[in-house]
Amino acid sequence: MEALDALLHGLTVALQPLNLLYALIGVLLGTAVGVLPGIGPALTVALLLPITFKLDPAGSLIMFAGIYYGGMYGGSTTSILINTPGESASMVTALEGNKMAKAGRGGPALATAAIGSFVAGTLATLGIVFLAPWLVSVAVNFGPEDYFALMCVAFVTVSATFGDSPVRGLTSLFIGLALGLVGIDRLTGQARLAFGVPDLLDGVEVTTLAVGLFAIGEALYVASRRHLGEEQLEPVRGSLWMTKQDWKRSFWPWIRGTLFGFPIGALPAGGAEIPTFLSYSTERRLTRHPEEFGRGAIEGVAGPEAANNASAAGTLVPLLTLGLPTSATAAMMLAGFQQYGLNPGPLLFAERPDLVWGLIASLFIANGMLLVLNLPLVGLWVRLLAIPQPWLYAGILVFATMGTIAAKPSVVELSMLVAFGVAGFLMRRFDFPVAPIVVGLILGPVAEAQLRRALQISLGDPLVLLQSPMSATLLGIALLALAAPFVLRGLGRFKANED
Amino acid sequence: MSTDDDKAGAVRRPDRAGMAIAAVLLVIALAIFWDTATLQLAPTYGLGPKAMPYVVAAGLAVLAFANGVLAWRGGFPPRESLDGRAIVLILGGFAALIGIIALGGGFIPATAVLFAATAAAFGRRAVHIDLAIGLVLGVAVFLLFDKLLTLSLPAGPIERLL
Repeated sequence: MEALDALLHGLTVALQPLNLLYALIGVLLGTAVGVLPGIGPALTVALLLPITFKLDPAGSLIMFAGIYYGGMYGGSTTSILINTPGESASMVTALEGNKMAKAGRGGPALATAAIGSFVAGTLATLGIVFLAPWLVSVAVNFGPEDYFALMCVAFVTVSATFGDSPVRGLTSLFIGLALGLVGIDRLTGQARLAFGVPDLLDGVEVTTLAVGLFAIGEALYVASRRHLGEEQLEPVRGSLWMTKQDWKRSFWPWIRGTLFGFPIGALPAGGAEIPTFLSYSTERRLTRHPEEFGRGAIEGVAGPEAANNASAAGTLVPLLTLGLPTSATAAMMLAGFQQYGLNPGPLLFAERPDLVWGLIASLFIANGMLLVLNLPLVGLWVRLLAIPQPWLYAGILVFATMGTIAAKPSVVELSMLVAFGVAGFLMRRFDFPVAPIVVGLILGPVAEAQLRRALQISLGDPLVLLQSPMSATLLGIALLALAAPFVLRGLGRFKANED
Repeated sequence: MSTDDDKAGAVRRPDRAGMAIAAVLLVIALAIFWDTATLQLAPTYGLGPKAMPYVVAAGLAVLAFANGVLAWRGGFPPRESLDGRAIVLILGGFAALIGIIALGGGFIPATAVLFAATAAAFGRRAVHIDLAIGLVLGVAVFLLFDKLLTLSLPAGPIERLL
């Protein structure tokens, strides 16, 4: 029961008044940005990076985690009430949730989403408590070649395996990897891809990329499509409370959603979309009220919302134990660790148990806070949705740009910001996924360093990658995961031809 | 960037915008290749700083080819029509922001212009009111972050008065 001891110790850290305050700020910000369209948890963490630079690492990481969890809660409110999901993982929630709101059952839909998120978040955080120490004990024996192989798996799963199009996912990833190369090489001091521009020697700032892609890209995209019509905000009518029947119909979907979400999030499989879709189709098959599906079935909100939150918690397992981010927000949190010179992994568990376990313990607290914030106070958050769109997006752009202006007010940096914004717009328009580019920028240099370290130890013998059984297995998995979508697509085409 | 949209269900034909994306990817790959090839360095153990750029450049070249094939076959997703005026307004706002900051005009007027331009892109007509709101927001942000949180924001004539 070492894990429980460590967790109890972490609770003493998380319960310090200042850390409680950070958690509260985090969940408030997270819920707000989750509710607001056009701004999400990844962008918020990116904006806060330059501001939190001088703060205490434990406190700001607790705040970032609060933002991550809060964003998941807030996103469901938006998808239920206006049918425009704040993030792709809430897409499924909108299917039944918005129908429920239109039928005057918005209250119970919001309630089952919030309580389901709480149940899933708590169970999944318990999952972290027990899974993390075990993974750490495995990862302690990892050499640099094993880490490199593991990162290859993450690259492939994030970009190719589960997206719509492996070509577009890999394109996004490789642009990220290319951006990660810019600047002075950490091992030899050589300037790469700087093209004689002094501003580029420090490399591409994560904040600049994230703000450009997420804030400016999104604003350009929404503005360019405004003439196509806007979605209506459904007012919350009727009681917020769930009936006995609602509770009964929500309970098992919550549990099943958690069981889908946590392992898929923890596996480095990347993305919360898969478990939410799995949960939705499962509930649809198991329900005793099939006639309600498509017209507002509560199971279709309860299950996917639980899956969504559980997978968000799950992604923290590879992030904390291996330093492996599998979502855009997790990648931004890794950048948060890096800015304090901390590298998540087994070493961090050994050297800074107070920080790691304080962070994990604070997740339970954040979850509790979020339940309170989202059930009775949901009306307050809904009011955020009434901000007129022009001022909302203008304000988002002002705040988003401010981070870069404060950090590096040079023409080069600001032009890069706008260029990333245009790239973000084009990626949305042509349906390229955005997360792989962020993961590529942040994880690419780490993967390169591990590979070069491995080859330095082996005196340049590349076979070291295959001699370690762990690394050989992982590289095999990466290859399979890369080939799978192409093979499966081929099979699908074959089938289609047969019909 | 072309604005013609493929109608769903129409005969699949080469997608010009998609071909342009493939061409840009190829240019990036060539730029990385060229930069790496001209890098002068001393020999090192194992992998030097050149290996990874070559891998990335090769990957991008392959992906440029794959994207090109997709675009040629009409495999890019269909797109809806686009309001070019909104995009020009927002990008114009950013150009003005960069210009004002580069010329020493300061954070607050730059912010006000960006705010008004974005609001106009989202359909607002009252430019004067939006400029005023942008100014107030700029002053508030400046006071909060520059004075309270001691971030250094670029100062112009207005900022020096505060």
